[in-house]
Amino acid sequence: MARYLVRRLTFAVLLVFCVSSLALLLVGLAPGDYASELFGGIGANPALVAATRASDGLDRPLGQQYAVWLGRAARLDFGNSLLYRRPVTELIRQRAMNTALLAIGALLVATVLGLPLGVLTGSRRNGGTALVRMTSILLLSVPPLLMSLLLVFLASRTGWLPVGGMTSAATESGFGLGTSGFSGWTMWARDVAWHLPVPVLALALPISAMLERLLAQSIEDTIGAPFILCAEARGLSRRRLLWRHALRVALHPILSIYGLIIGTLLSGSFMVEIITAWPGLGRLTYDALRGRDVYLVAGCAAAGALFLAIGSLIADAVQVAVDPRLRESA
Amino acid sequence: MQLTRIVGVTILVVVGLGAIAAPVLAPNAADARFRNLLYAPPTWPHLVHDGDVRTGFIYRWRLVSRLEQRYEQDRSQAVPLTWFSGGKLVRSSMSSAPLMLLGADSFGRDIFGRLLFGARTSLGLAVTATLGALLIGTLIGAVAGVAGHAIDELLMRLAELMIVLPTVYVVLVLRAALPLELAPSIVFMLMVAIFAAVGWPFVARGVRGIVASEKRREYAVAAQSLGAGRPRLMFRHLLPACAGFIAVQATLLVPAFIVAEATLSYVGLGFSDPVASWGSMLRDASDVVAITEFPWTLAPAGAIFVVTLGFNLIVQSHPGISEAGSWRPAACGLNPESRELKPEA
Repeated sequence: MARYLVRRLTFAVLLVFCVSSLALLLVGLAPGDYASELFGGIGANPALVAATRASDGLDRPLGQQYAVWLGRAARLDFGNSLLYRRPVTELIRQRAMNTALLAIGALLVATVLGLPLGVLTGSRRNGGTALVRMTSILLLSVPPLLMSLLLVFLASRTGWLPVGGMTSAATESGFGLGTSGFSGWTMWARDVAWHLPVPVLALALPISAMLERLLAQSIEDTIGAPFILCAEARGLSRRRLLWRHALRVALHPILSIYGLIIGTLLSGSFMVEIITAWPGLGRLTYDALRGRDVYLVAGCAAAGALFLAIGSLIADAVQVAVDPRLRESA
Repeated sequence: MQLTRIVGVTILVVVGLGAIAAPVLAPNAADARFRNLLYAPPTWPHLVHDGDVRTGFIYRWRLVSRLEQRYEQDRSQAVPLTWFSGGKLVRSSMSSAPLMLLGADSFGRDIFGRLLFGARTSLGLAVTATLGALLIGTLIGAVAGVAGHAIDELLMRLAELMIVLPTVYVVLVLRAALPLELAPSIVFMLMVAIFAAVGWPFVARGVRGIVASEKRREYAVAAQSLGAGRPRLMFRHLLPACAGFIAVQATLLVPAFIVAEATLSYVGLGFSDPVASWGSMLRDASDVVAITEFPWTLAPAGAIFVVTLGFNLIVQSHPGISEAGSWRPAACGLNPESRELKPEA
């Protein structure tokens, strides 16, 4: 078990290191830099551009910049953002929390919707399950990019839900003015909860459809297995048979993809964040890339890789907990 | 399940023909701007005017308020449609009152026509990139499967790393690392290259698995014992076994790449305005006001949905998909069979 943990942790550290380094070097090698983007290409005052470059240390060779960054990153100091003039870690901590809120919410919604429906559609055939099946195929064809556009349209047409951002301007200012203590916090939380449904659903619905389809297929395969026939012969009730015996086995391949869903959530949340103006990592990464803010890009990449590593660790742990065979070999 | 397959194929054939016949089907040129019709609503063809049936006509839009972009139908005058003239299937007989089936965009251009021309860009890009990804993926997968050992290990670890990373971000970083302002034809080629670079691992993993197991079967061993060299063994005997898998991958990659193009263009890193692509057209729907007041600007989103649905219907009805274990929902960038994050059991 210890060896296994060490191996996974090494993998996680390597992933964060490789991804952030690659991002930094790629953006560093890209034509144009922070200074040239800041002042706009043509007609910029060359002296001003050169001065900005020198003051931020962008005039040094890329190898040297990378070495300095690496030395600091090893001490968990990811430098200052060029665009925002604030420490990268501080900027990212805030945004990463927002993205995590969105991603975890979407994962919960997708699981709660997708898995029970998958058991139903996998185990019986009638009008209702045909409808669920068809809805799933429709939802699978609406990636988060389209789903968030659609939901923003519906929300703004009906006026039922706010269409953008994470908080209302009023709450923001009220909170800033120091509505003190508990009531201020609950107000903020209620406001965020009010803004959550649109982005969370945009992210969750396609994934729930995917989970439903996969589990339905898995259940269908499992129900044909001899051990189910045997359990049925022993006189188990249909409900117990399905939810206890078949589900445990059928869930296994589904659990193995949960680690990968983290990547899908991150990918999907990028467009959702852009369209619904959710202040998360996606928007920050995009701004950093456009502004050629090398340190911020590297920081965002590191944060994303950390998400992936943590997600896969949790997914693994769940899988080991469910399947005793894995515990033996690990 | 056969019905869903037929529906899916029909959708794709119709869209494909629409893209090919765009210059004939589009009533207006892709870059024709109607200055008095910015964000004009769709013009629907009518048949009955003042109680008598005609051969098809439209009512022109009259600008009521320029500030609010509000239009009113001018019911007093019917503008007849002319069929088969000027190389177009159908168009309005009056140049100032164009036929715009899906309304106008922010520049007063015909969205329906641009959708057809955009299909050429978007679908052309997605299909070309898919071919590239299939080619690279098949080659790498076959090499890894036949060679085995260290080469296999190296190539597959690389593929697995690529699969774990969130695809959108990889594409974004790769695209952002290149010059931001480029000519459309270069953007096209760059996006093909980037998408192929992101898509190959999904193909390579599957091909490698099939090749590695097939090469131990009797027919492959027989071919080897008859003196077939590695290239012959690979191309003549092993790769044909992957044909079904590759076909399924193609139906998954094309819609994923269509969405990827839309994503890049939407955030301004893909095609930019004069070029009609589904992604660049979707930029008109980039603020809440436009989405709410002029929902027809969402037409490209509808087009992407329809094409993705077509592919999904085909994939869902494909026989033996679940057995092959290659089923992966299109445009979600996820392969349930890739278990690289699982401890080796």
